[in-house]
Amino acid sequence: MLKQMELKRDYGGMRSAIPVVIGYIPIGFAYGVLGAANGLTVMEVVSLSLFVYAGSAQFIAINLLSTGVDIVTIVSTIFIVNLRHLLYSTSLSSYMKKIEHHHIPLLSFFITDETYAVSVTDFQNGRKPDSAYFYQLFLTSYTAWVISSLAGALSERLLMTSGLNWGLDYALPAMYIALLFMQLVGIKKFIVAAFSGALSIALIYLIPGNFNVIIAALSGAFMGVMLEKWI
Amino acid sequence: MDMRFISVLVGMTLVTYIPRMLPAMGLYRVNLPGWCLKFLDYIPVAVLSALLFPSIMMPNGRLNISITNPYLIASIPTVISAYFSRNLFIPVIVGIISYVAFTFLGLGLFLLD
Repeated sequence: MLKQMELKRDYGGMRSAIPVVIGYIPIGFAYGVLGAANGLTVMEVVSLSLFVYAGSAQFIAINLLSTGVDIVTIVSTIFIVNLRHLLYSTSLSSYMKKIEHHHIPLLSFFITDETYAVSVTDFQNGRKPDSAYFYQLFLTSYTAWVISSLAGALSERLLMTSGLNWGLDYALPAMYIALLFMQLVGIKKFIVAAFSGALSIALIYLIPGNFNVIIAALSGAFMGVMLEKWI
Repeated sequence: MDMRFISVLVGMTLVTYIPRMLPAMGLYRVNLPGWCLKFLDYIPVAVLSALLFPSIMMPNGRLNISITNPYLIASIPTVISAYFSRNLFIPVIVGIISYVAFTFLGLGLFLLD
């Protein structure tokens, strides 16, 4: 009986990837369509998925690239958006310690909001961390993200050649609204959102360059910390 | 791919990979004070609104808060559906349909004028 159990291949990582894949297909597709609609080539759309592999960062990058913002501002904005990965990576480090050390530089590339959430839940439910589990979960999710963004970028070409108004100009603002409302819990976050948005517009008039997003975002987050103290 | 895109790609790859890798490698322990965690918690909301507000209120680079701005008008049904659904797809579909509808409506009003 024990022998049979050992011989049975363990596809636990693959199984855990299923909900992640179901989530990634439509979002990756939407990202691909938006990237192409905002002037990126299919190669550029896919290369961001291949090398960056961070959904919200990629959506933000499309917008900043298409509005002609300078490189330093784009990279710094992406940096602050991605700081949350420090927390995921720290949390996973206690589990990654248990696998061979040389896998970690590669495996840590695949940590996202979703793969982090799924793997931590599995470990908390008693799953033993091993490299096969990580590779299955991470590579399945990654493949779904890359392929769906390629499919989206290719479909945008088809939509555009039809010559109709498909409303894609509005897809990015709509995506921001959807992402924002998924985060908006509690009055303090509403206040911070209104403040950062208004400040971002005011800064476009007040200062030259494209520093409005990063300054408004940092000020908004700072205001959130202050609100926590006062309210 | 031009130089600008390649520079952004390399920069983004580094600033995304490094925060993912350092703590897992045990090279960096995050032991952030409470206010810092709260700060990180507010970053997504703050960044998204800082991007959203100009994109719907200044579609052509100039502030336009009136019914002649289809981006702004389409945001009303989009916000309502986002508030109630709290998912990614329904608001995007609602937004795109409303935007197309208001653009045609705006064009019609313009022609009547």
